[in-house]
Amino acid sequence: MSNATENETTRRDFLYYATAGAGVVVTGAAVWPLVHQMNPSADVRALSSIRIDVSGVEPGTQLTVKWQGKPVFVRRRTEAEIEEAAAVDLSTLIDNDARNEHAGPDADAAAANRFVPGPTEDGLEGEWLVMMGVCTNLGCVPLGDAGDFNGWFCPCHGSHYDTSGRIRRGPAPENLPVPLARFDDDVTLVLG
Amino acid sequence: MMKTLSVALVALGLSAGAAAAAGETGKVTNYDFSFEGPFGTFDQMQLQRGLQVYTEICSSCHGLQYVPLRTLGDAGGPALPEDQVLAYAEFYEVWDPELFDGEGDFRLALPTDNFPASNLSNAPDLSLMAKARAGFSGPYGLGTNQLFKGMGGPEYIASLLAGYTGEEKEEAGTILYENTAFPGGWISMSPPLWGDDVEYEDGSPTDIESVSQDVAAFLMWTAEPKLMARKEAGFKGVLMLTVLAVLLYLTNKRIWAPVKARAKTQPAE
Amino acid sequence: MSGIPHDHYEPNSNAEKWLHKRLPVVGLLYDTIMIPTPKNLNWMWIWGIVLTFCLVMQIITGIILVMHYTPHVDMAFASVEHIMRNVNGGHMIRYLHQNGASLFFIAVYAHIFRGLYYGSYKAPREVTWIIGMLIYLLMMGTAFMGYVLPWGQMSLHGTAVITGLFGAIPFVGDAVQTWLLGTSNGSVGQPALNRFFSLHYLLPFVIAGLVMVHIWAFHTTGNNNPTGVEVRRTSKEEAERDTLPFWPYFVIKDLFALAVIMAVFFAIVGFMPNYLGHPDNYIEGNPLVTPSHIVPEWYFLPFYAILRAFTSDVWIVMFAEFITAGIIDAKFFGVLAMFGAIAVMALAPWLDTSSVRSGRYRPMFKWRYWLLVVDFIFLMWLGAMPAEEPFATLSLIGSTYWFAYFLVILPLLGVFEKPLPQPETIEEDFNAHYGKASADGAVAAPTPAE
Repeated sequence: MSNATENETTRRDFLYYATAGAGVVVTGAAVWPLVHQMNPSADVRALSSIRIDVSGVEPGTQLTVKWQGKPVFVRRRTEAEIEEAAAVDLSTLIDNDARNEHAGPDADAAAANRFVPGPTEDGLEGEWLVMMGVCTNLGCVPLGDAGDFNGWFCPCHGSHYDTSGRIRRGPAPENLPVPLARFDDDVTLVLG
Repeated sequence: MMKTLSVALVALGLSAGAAAAAGETGKVTNYDFSFEGPFGTFDQMQLQRGLQVYTEICSSCHGLQYVPLRTLGDAGGPALPEDQVLAYAEFYEVWDPELFDGEGDFRLALPTDNFPASNLSNAPDLSLMAKARAGFSGPYGLGTNQLFKGMGGPEYIASLLAGYTGEEKEEAGTILYENTAFPGGWISMSPPLWGDDVEYEDGSPTDIESVSQDVAAFLMWTAEPKLMARKEAGFKGVLMLTVLAVLLYLTNKRIWAPVKARAKTQPAE
Repeated sequence: MSGIPHDHYEPNSNAEKWLHKRLPVVGLLYDTIMIPTPKNLNWMWIWGIVLTFCLVMQIITGIILVMHYTPHVDMAFASVEHIMRNVNGGHMIRYLHQNGASLFFIAVYAHIFRGLYYGSYKAPREVTWIIGMLIYLLMMGTAFMGYVLPWGQMSLHGTAVITGLFGAIPFVGDAVQTWLLGTSNGSVGQPALNRFFSLHYLLPFVIAGLVMVHIWAFHTTGNNNPTGVEVRRTSKEEAERDTLPFWPYFVIKDLFALAVIMAVFFAIVGFMPNYLGHPDNYIEGNPLVTPSHIVPEWYFLPFYAILRAFTSDVWIVMFAEFITAGIIDAKFFGVLAMFGAIAVMALAPWLDTSSVRSGRYRPMFKWRYWLLVVDFIFLMWLGAMPAEEPFATLSLIGSTYWFAYFLVILPLLGVFEKPLPQPETIEEDFNAHYGKASADGAVAAPTPAE
């Protein structure tokens, strides 16, 4: 007799657990979309990658582009600027991290780890420098062709960046970050 | 219970009659589309053919302003490869107010832009046309035609494109064309299709009825790009809720059993 | 609570006792969920939980939609398309909200007609009924304003028609219409869109508050039941023979019914989400182009039919025009009739003179009640038809029966009707129902009251 009661109890309990479980699953399936709808929508996700036509950028000039709400510096460097960047002794740098998503987490801030490879073999190596135009101190937009290191100077609190966008003097703690960037064809740079 | 069910069903039926009343359509053929029914899906190749028809014939006047060009690459739609979407976008130009130092200029469209709006002021935008028309109505305002055949938007579009009789008339300086599907029988759009208007790479039929259905299917996708996702979600949801309902039914029965048993042993006093 | 003797919440643990002394919220929730409920409730008593679920679902989906919607005439339509195309799951959330409104009204009509059949509006439940009628009015206002927000052709022009009705009020009509729309010429534009958006967000919370009062009211009197016979309240033992605690018996029963209804609802949302809507609302609202047939959403159709039925050639309209020296014209008469149709329903507790509560035991009442149901559906169909013959005359007939039922039939039936014998107790009714399936197959009929 007791076996039968016990079986009955476990059978009854099983039904209750199964029903409660099904209720939890249905509720979860209902709640997830209500949460997920706040994640970036398709149009925002589409703009996570943009294409820039750089055909009009002369050497020694910079294009500033707005991307996902922030400025991006696309500078076509001259040979002199490239050499100056390469000649810097890494031990004198405030931040010896490449800050480049391409180079990997351990790469040091050598000039070679900071530029975007050009579209063809023929171009000047290292002429394309792409960085977020946001000072790593408190977020102001640094001015180009300024500062003691011939790179950028942030007027807000006096940070100086060199021709490779690395912090050399001032309160900013990090080099200007290099986002994901590559050339899709001779004149089109793809960010993101 | 029966009362509620009947109220609900009739309410469902009668209300659809409302949609019918607006501009009774003419003769609408109940074409079969692949996306009809609870398990319907878009035919990817048909959508690509429809896109070609839109591009070559309709886009000169009609816009698709709510459709982002990038969605041409989405699954559940024409699903063009990314490079083709990019190349296709460059057929169109869009006005960019940020160019030219804030004065604005035209530039080639990017996938992140939408199709342009209509070029002609009296050519309606086609983004939602398949949902903005009901091909079926009644009978007698009861709404059962729509219940069994669907709203009939794409059927109406296809019937309209294939419904020109060839007759013309002039009224108050405008030329009107006779059409068996258009309400009132005379439409101001000149026949866009004559048969063999496009050439399909895959050799699909190019007679007027096939081409009409292809572009109608494409317009159903522009109106409802998430159609396949919706039906999938509907199916999964109904399944899960049915399982839950069955379990709740058994639980309910189990809980009430002793109460009802007591009733049996103590019949009416 | 409910005057039915029963055990109340007792705090057990120290934590419970601590809280109970400061805010007896656990006790309130416990006593509410365990309230003694007549054990013979049938499937027409599930609509309350469906309505509550709909309110919660509409509020949640609504709040989410507002995260992505823009209430400006130039952007509203496009923002809805943004929701449909770009927002993750946006198309489902939009369709749930759009069709949820229809489910809300199907449930409320079933709920109201249940009340009309079983005499739930009769003493002592008049206040519950009135609050219910207020909730219904707020629902109609909320739904009307919500329909404007997508700014389609029906949104715009339907609003123009209905707000135009306020212009029909004598003397103050134009001022009221101007005040409602925020424009001086009756045009529906940005001011209307913005304020309807605000009120559409607000009213559901007012409804939620009224729902709590509604529950408080029927918990005070106790639920009605299919026999209309009250729960015995002389002792706890007797009460327990007529009732069962709401949890778990009716919570599980209600949840089962809700699961079935949600399965059907989800099938509609997934497979035919635009069936109950109007295609013209997928055309962006254009004040310069009027749709050929302006039709409100289905749940307003019966009242729309009553509104349009009273044209200037109807004798009662002509009579009213005469005795009020033209102050009441056909347009205003229609408005009065439309609101009057709801008012007479609200007055049912006082119009129904019968001492018998439930329609089950009222033979003369029954077929007239069912005729009312048919009339309601008839008027719904007529509301979608063009305002021509034969529909115009049929609408008059339908409207006449509606008013006659409340103003003539209900008062007179109480006098002339001979009711059938009712069971003595709920227990008797319950046992008779389940006693039918006894071993020898004999039907155990309830013995008539002595």
